[in-house]
Amino acid sequence: MVTLHINGLQVSQEKGTTLLEAAQFLGFPIPTLCHMEGLTPYGACRLCVVEIGEGPRARLVTSCTYPVEEGLKVRTASRRVIKARKMILELLLASCPQSKTIQDLASAHDVKQQRFKQEHEDCILCGRCVRMCEEQMVAKAIGFRGRGQDRSIGTPFDEKSEVCRLCGGCMFVCPVCELRCTYTDPDKAICGGCGNHSAVCLEKPQFDDMMCYMDPCVACEIENIKEIKED
Amino acid sequence: MMDRSEVLDILERHKEASGQLMSILESLQSKHGYLSQEAMELVAQETGRSLTDIYGVATFYKAFSLEPRGKHLISVCLGTACHVRGGPAIAEEISQQLNIEPGGTTPDREFTFETVNCLGACALGPVVVVDGHYFPKMTTSKVGEIIAKAKTGLDAVEIDTDKRVFPVEVSCAYCNHSLMDPHHMIDDQPGIRVTVSFEDKHGWFVLSSLYGSYKIESMNPIPRDMIMHMFCPHCHAELIGGAKCPECRAPMVPMIVRGGGVVQICARRGCKGHMLDLGGGTLE
Ligand code: FES
Ligand code: FES
Repeated sequence: MVTLHINGLQVSQEKGTTLLEAAQFLGFPIPTLCHMEGLTPYGACRLCVVEIGEGPRARLVTSCTYPVEEGLKVRTASRRVIKARKMILELLLASCPQSKTIQDLASAHDVKQQRFKQEHEDCILCGRCVRMCEEQMVAKAIGFRGRGQDRSIGTPFDEKSEVCRLCGGCMFVCPVCELRCTYTDPDKAICGGCGNHSAVCLEKPQFDDMMCYMDPCVACEIENIKEIKED
Repeated sequence: MMDRSEVLDILERHKEASGQLMSILESLQSKHGYLSQEAMELVAQETGRSLTDIYGVATFYKAFSLEPRGKHLISVCLGTACHVRGGPAIAEEISQQLNIEPGGTTPDREFTFETVNCLGACALGPVVVVDGHYFPKMTTSKVGEIIAKAKTGLDAVEIDTDKRVFPVEVSCAYCNHSLMDPHHMIDDQPGIRVTVSFEDKHGWFVLSSLYGSYKIESMNPIPRDMIMHMFCPHCHAELIGGAKCPECRAPMVPMIVRGGGVVQICARRGCKGHMLDLGGGTLE
């Protein structure tokens, strides 16, 4: 067992557990994007950063790939972490504004602006689909190609793959090519529609949640939290 | 087009060790000048690796090309040193004269033009390499001349002038430290000492400094046809440039000749491919 401190709380964890798992065990929320249970941690999106160490040696690491260490001091929501997270979300919004997952994360983390050149990519290279295809479907039909600017995901030679069984797993796990965020103004990166309180479902009670395809819905969650607080 | 048996031959040679994808692809690349789809599919089939992995590796490294290359390869260095000394202007000029973008091949398959990041001869920058010949201290006005020369064949000129035997004194292209080892004489001359590694072996390697002599001594016996990686024993940088051996297409190992110029030897054991460019002599 390895003993460490997370946000001041002492916790003992099995060797080999990640900081993310340890923090979740204690109930500290850490947002993740490329991480997915059942797939090997990949550390691509950097959203799960936490701060470890102390003083000038403190640094940010991705909690989904960092294993617990004896005596480690971890902060999951320090000012530095929050700042980094917001920046990462801003960058993600800059490349994929239509991803509902990213929009929801941005709303939930109070990202109010997007200061970068707006692009409209349809992939953030989180590698979920690649790992899904390889690890769960044992097909390896798609993979990373090229590098740097030209990195992309797809089949070799962009040809129809012979090993693909059309299981759809890749699309199922994709945080970007899922249901599109259909905000009205395509040039405005931050929607916040589901996150702000003017969501139709909240204003008009006749829309019960049966009619809502937004699941999980940030608006509902915020509303829930408010109700809990008020009680 | 692609010769199946050639590919199988290469695969056979790399059979022993698993995890040799890189060296298989390297051999294929140097044999055919590019990696064809059929070749990669055959590699996938024979090694049992997924084509996705192979394609991923092949597209990741700049050393591999998926398209057939032109007869002549022009590489312009845009490494830091060459960049500040005007590499981009030269690249621009070549682009214009050949009417292709970097990475492209002329429609007549005569020239492939690429930019590279540091050829390991920074002191001579800006450097342009045409078919393995280094042109140091390039200027835009020399571009036309070099392209014309390349067409008539730089190699043709080179080989008959290089028949003489004379000693050279060389130094590392990165740290400029002399590679001569007076304690290790070969052919009655101080040898050129480098560190080589191949497979999992690592050791010293001394070659004759007599230009035209192929005598070597090595700590580990090196099998024929093995492509060696050579390192500077002082700064430990790998001695490697962008050039390919004109005879076997293995990478060439560049070293700086005292008094100016670059000598390059083929990294393949047993191959006699070598070139000598003394201070842009090919332009005089
Ligand atoms: S969830 Fe850890 S880096 Fe993406
Ligand atoms: S920067 Fe051009 S040779 Fe090093």
